[in-house]
Amino acid sequence: MSQTVNVERPSTLQGARLPKWAPLAVAAGSIALGLGISAAAGLDSSIQWALLAAIFFVLASYGIAARVEGRRQAKDRVATSLVWVAFLLAVIPLVSLMWETVERGVKVLDGYFLSHSMGLVTDTEPGGGIYHAILGTLEQVGIATLISVPIGILTAIYLVEYGRGRLAQAVTFFVDVMTGIPSIVAGLFVLSFWILILDMGPSGFAGAMALTILMLPVIVRSTEEMLKLVPNELREASLALGVPKWRTIMKVVLPTSIGGITTGVMLAIARITGETAPVLLLVWGSTFINTDPFDGPQASLPMYIYQQYANSGGSGAAYDRAWAAALTLIAFVMILNLAARGIARWKAPKTGR
Amino acid sequence: MDISTKKSDAPPSSPLPADLSAAEQKRAARGATRPGDRVFLGLSRGSGIFLLVIMAAIAVFLTYRSVIAISKNESNFLTTFEWNPTAAEPSFGIAVLAYGTVVSSIIAMVIAVPIAVGIALFITHYAPRRLGGAISFVIDLLAAVPSIVYGLWGALVLAPHLVGLYGWLDDYFGWTGILEWQGGAPRSLFTVGILLAIMILPIITSVSREVFRQAPQMHQEAALALGATRWEVIRMSVIPFGRSGVISASMLGLGRALGETMAVATVLSPNFKIEASLLDPNGGTFAQNIASKFSEASEMGRDALIASGLVLFIITLLVNGAARAIIARRAEYSGANA
Repeated sequence: MSQTVNVERPSTLQGARLPKWAPLAVAAGSIALGLGISAAAGLDSSIQWALLAAIFFVLASYGIAARVEGRRQAKDRVATSLVWVAFLLAVIPLVSLMWETVERGVKVLDGYFLSHSMGLVTDTEPGGGIYHAILGTLEQVGIATLISVPIGILTAIYLVEYGRGRLAQAVTFFVDVMTGIPSIVAGLFVLSFWILILDMGPSGFAGAMALTILMLPVIVRSTEEMLKLVPNELREASLALGVPKWRTIMKVVLPTSIGGITTGVMLAIARITGETAPVLLLVWGSTFINTDPFDGPQASLPMYIYQQYANSGGSGAAYDRAWAAALTLIAFVMILNLAARGIARWKAPKTGR
Repeated sequence: MDISTKKSDAPPSSPLPADLSAAEQKRAARGATRPGDRVFLGLSRGSGIFLLVIMAAIAVFLTYRSVIAISKNESNFLTTFEWNPTAAEPSFGIAVLAYGTVVSSIIAMVIAVPIAVGIALFITHYAPRRLGGAISFVIDLLAAVPSIVYGLWGALVLAPHLVGLYGWLDDYFGWTGILEWQGGAPRSLFTVGILLAIMILPIITSVSREVFRQAPQMHQEAALALGATRWEVIRMSVIPFGRSGVISASMLGLGRALGETMAVATVLSPNFKIEASLLDPNGGTFAQNIASKFSEASEMGRDALIASGLVLFIITLLVNGAARAIIARRAEYSGANA
């Protein structure tokens, strides 16, 4: 029986097929042709010969397949190669981004760089470091986390455990809308009421408020998803024992989903750590160490990168510092991401199946 | 234990049947007489309300400052081609910014959507399962890279690499006027569009991937049984199923592209005018304009920037609202975590 449905088996019902090595041969041929033409025409960029080769590959595989296998199979092969090209196209910028950041970043990244500020170092000369920026980032992100984690988790609890009416619908809708607020708009909002209307100066706290707005919806969303995964039987068992609802939530629902919630919070932290726009508007950046997030301008890592890039007039030392700070920032964000995913896998909610 | 003491007064109110009316549910929820329950309900409902208050406050405060700015504006806010809020006769308008924002986002969408759909199909239908998982992971990491790093990379790595492409486009398509290039640094809306495409690729990919994964297996197997090739299966059963999902994913991506600030501010060399050429530096975007003009802005200048920010807020609200509406019709998945 199984033989009749076996597609691999040659039969009279099936037309001619290209051998399995055909795509490889066509690929090799088109790469050779692409290289040959670029060498002949004196093109030096590797992107150009790769593009030529890709075009040759698509055309040749379509032509050959159309002759041997028919047009439908040929279209299938073209679609396959286009999908592969899409994937390769996306990999190029990622690899380039990582490569350049690491390669240019390691130049000045050392213990001195991590433990000194930019105080008294002008933008164009080498030296200085990112200690003040790391400090600022940690304080701003820390305050934002302290504010948004309780509010976000409570909102998610309301949506999942209590909310069924109009209010819950409205909150759900606006949480969705809030995820789309551009960071610069969140910054402008805090600017308009905190600095322009209440007449406060720039501070790390003002920036943290804008970061809170960006962080809240992410936490609400991920916590909501996690709470929904908690099996209802657990809640019912607890309630049937006479445990009050709030204790059921605190002692049964939250502990069950704590892994996922932690993951969501860490991903949210990773997201806001890289935000520059609110810091630009509200914290202003500084070259000195300012440990007080409630008073005066502070630096932050993304802001530091921007300032080193924008204010230095193209000096190599400043660019080196910008790359080193970018490497530090990416490393921090990636470690948070990887740790978050690790926790998600390790503490996946036990749904009883 | 305290469970036994509380057993007697425990009302069976908490696991609410879904078919109770709203009023009954409310009474039942309030019927939780324990102070702990009331405090907890109050706290969690209060958090929800706080979120709504923030949204309302954003709209109110931005509108308030914008009205101040626009009332002092001597020229039409929507059609003026200059940005001089601090002049004796303040004159500023968003025409150039709207143009730049829309053009760069369109370029980004044109590049990103086909590639993202291709990657999503690659992950779900072409790649070996292991490889697919690894690629999803890498794409998610791409989403985690901060926008300022994209900006730095775009300005110092991507832009210099585009000189060749610019020259080629100018040589062969310069006659269109749209792709004409004067030979300056390639820091135009076109470069910004490419960079934005890279930045919105992950979100479009991850939402499309989820939709394609849910395409009914039966349809695909039925198509295969009729002798369809893999591409025909995708065209006949996967893409029709996923179309609305891809549209909403694209709109989520569009929302990000419209509001992207630092990457654009780093890469674009702004020029407050509208010209046909996409390759010469001209135009600007809402977010980029706010970031670049902010540090030297007076109070009036800031209010003018807030007015442009309000326009951006409304645009992204509409785009995201539309995307969410499409997603909400198919409630099985959500792109909010992507």
